[in-house]
Amino acid sequence: MSTGLENGLEVSEDDLETLIGDRALDREDHVNAPGFVVRPDQVQEVLTDLRDEAGFDHLSCLTAQQYENRYESIYHLKKYADPTQEVSVVVPTAVDEPVSQSAAPVFRTADWHEREAYDLVGIEYDDHPDLRRILLPDTWQGHPLSLEYDQEQPQVVTLSEHENPVQPDHHDTESDTMFLNIGPHHPATHGVLHVKAVLDGETVVDVDPDIGYLHRCEEQMCQSGTYRHQIMPYPDRWDYVSAGLLNEWAYARAAEDLADIEVPEYAQVIRTMSAELCRIAAHMLALGTFALDVFGDFTAVFQYAFRDREVVQDILEDLTGQRLMFNYFRLGGVAWDLPEPREEFFEKTREFLDDLPAKAEEYHNLITANEIFQVRCVDTGILEPEVAKQYGCTGPVARGSGVDYDLRRDDPYGYYPELEWNVVTEDGMDNYSRVLVRMQEVKESAKIIEQCIDVLEEWPEDDREIQANVPRTLKPDADTEVYRAVEAAKGELGIYMRADGTDTPARFKIRSPCFHNLSTLAEMAQGEYIPDLIASLGSLDIVLGEVDR
Amino acid sequence: MSNEPRQKTYETAAPSTDTRDARMGEGMDDRFNSKLREAFGASPFILTKFDEFMNWVRGSSMFMLQFGIACCSIEMIHTYAIKHDLDRFGAGVPRASPRQADVIIVPGTIVSKFGPRMKRVYDQMPEPKFVVGMGSCTISGGPFQEGYNVVKGAEEIIPVDIHVPGCPPRPEALVYGVAKLQERIKNGESSPVVVKPYELEEFGDLPRDELVQQLADRIDEEDLVMRYNWADSP
Repeated sequence: MSTGLENGLEVSEDDLETLIGDRALDREDHVNAPGFVVRPDQVQEVLTDLRDEAGFDHLSCLTAQQYENRYESIYHLKKYADPTQEVSVVVPTAVDEPVSQSAAPVFRTADWHEREAYDLVGIEYDDHPDLRRILLPDTWQGHPLSLEYDQEQPQVVTLSEHENPVQPDHHDTESDTMFLNIGPHHPATHGVLHVKAVLDGETVVDVDPDIGYLHRCEEQMCQSGTYRHQIMPYPDRWDYVSAGLLNEWAYARAAEDLADIEVPEYAQVIRTMSAELCRIAAHMLALGTFALDVFGDFTAVFQYAFRDREVVQDILEDLTGQRLMFNYFRLGGVAWDLPEPREEFFEKTREFLDDLPAKAEEYHNLITANEIFQVRCVDTGILEPEVAKQYGCTGPVARGSGVDYDLRRDDPYGYYPELEWNVVTEDGMDNYSRVLVRMQEVKESAKIIEQCIDVLEEWPEDDREIQANVPRTLKPDADTEVYRAVEAAKGELGIYMRADGTDTPARFKIRSPCFHNLSTLAEMAQGEYIPDLIASLGSLDIVLGEVDR
Repeated sequence: MSNEPRQKTYETAAPSTDTRDARMGEGMDDRFNSKLREAFGASPFILTKFDEFMNWVRGSSMFMLQFGIACCSIEMIHTYAIKHDLDRFGAGVPRASPRQADVIIVPGTIVSKFGPRMKRVYDQMPEPKFVVGMGSCTISGGPFQEGYNVVKGAEEIIPVDIHVPGCPPRPEALVYGVAKLQERIKNGESSPVVVKPYELEEFGDLPRDELVQQLADRIDEEDLVMRYNWADSP
């Protein structure tokens, strides 16, 4: 096979067909990508070929689902160099014996994904390093997203793993290590994350993030809601640190592609502007809480960050009527136009943007120029770009490791292609770089908002179309499948949907950037000191609502 | 210095008040006639019951537990932070340890895996303790009520004194909720436990039904467990 297919070069469907050859049992056509059906015992082979020969180095998502007559795992592959090139590898397995080969040796990120698929749907993966439940408690009975699951059956959940960490049995007398529970109720875990750490003195020997303390069935909720109105409120609650509109956009984009809806350009400008406001708010929170984690600054930086968030939230409240859970996007546009009087809204937003450079300077003085901060962050929590790619990292975490990947530019949507802005990357690969990336992204977002306001001001009054004409009940054709992603605050937020001809999706899968980013924690923290573990965890900027969904 | 002779400090037992009187000037001394003094009446003493005094103290200085669960915790942080500043109401000291806290604000959805942990955190708080349920999820499970993994309200596990509805409630609403809690504490009211079906108990004490039999070889008899009877949930 020629190696010219590597990197970002275009791979045609014919090339893929030749590459996969006889191993493809069948072809499927997803809205976003061609799909190849392969046998469950050839998964590793096919994925290795696609990665090494055709350059698909990004396992973006793994969707598992059950049909009446089979289970199915879909591997959604992309390229970091060009995410518009996608391919889906579909692996069907029998109902009576749902066993499929694991992709974990090819892509590290498949490890967690397959655990989730096992947990929720019940597919088993051969050759998986550690196949156990990830979101639900170990003692859970049944697989909730499988078809025969009975939600009414009682469940028993243990508290045994919650033992006192300094109990004698947590000491391993031979190797002199100590087991330490961090969380799920701990100020440094940013919510309800449980980190099981094994320490040798102050050095972290092993670390295992235990997630699922906020697994509130988001996928099930979306599968029982109608496309048109009932799903949109949920995205707000995935990444809930004011990044709601960015999440809503992920659903809007996927559903609009699924149902073939064209969004008016005016609505796209409003979407772009409001989404970037959300990004600023989200990064401010990341900054404030990180400063709190690293040098315990509950007074200055934390409060400043919240002061600035209040301003953004005020603006967003004027626009959407809500401080946090906006529910502002609609399929085919947005709920309503800018608030009247428009001049006042523009003025208020401009004022915020004008103040931003001075504030950014203040943050630089307080945070990044602070010696203590630098000692804590520079060269700690190293994440090599190749490792980041293996784990499917995206967003500021990947860009802090020098991976130049931003869907706003690489897989354009909304009004972004018409605007002037830059993708920020840093080569430091450490906690410090990730903070720098976020701080600079705030400035880039400000640039985008400013240009959007200019465009909106100039927009002719009789052409302000905020919503396309979308039928009241949306029923996309049966068996259409789509996987679409947008650049949310934490990275690539993707949605997979399969329509079955009704007004609710048959399968709704959320690809959460935080889920991938968090899975790198062990890589970053092993062999480092325990305070660096806390710093690394903070710099990943996870939101448990999105990790656990 | 004035030319007046100095006050005699000998051959008298009267207190030497000349300097003080001179500084105070003519007329009534109104330095102590504050509103508070007026309220107290003629005597500078208050007569109250010790219980009432303790209730007043409890309500006026509440230590909150720093306890974040989900979306509502973001609004809760905003309530503590600049602009809303819950500290103004004598309730703004977030403690990281439950052993130092009086009030737990439950800010978010409780799922099956977190239920036993929240119960444990609550048990670790010293008496008297108070619970503010923040958001719809702590009332009924909120938007996630139909979920297979969601506990239908915080009251299934711990008693709740004040419910603040909203998804999420605005910081103003939480401030109001806390103020209401203070009022209740001041009046010595405490909430009756309404529903509380989920308890932490030893696995060996559970009735040996089918589910327990299945799990018998995986869970020790002494392990603490929480049994969720979803079918009985509201």
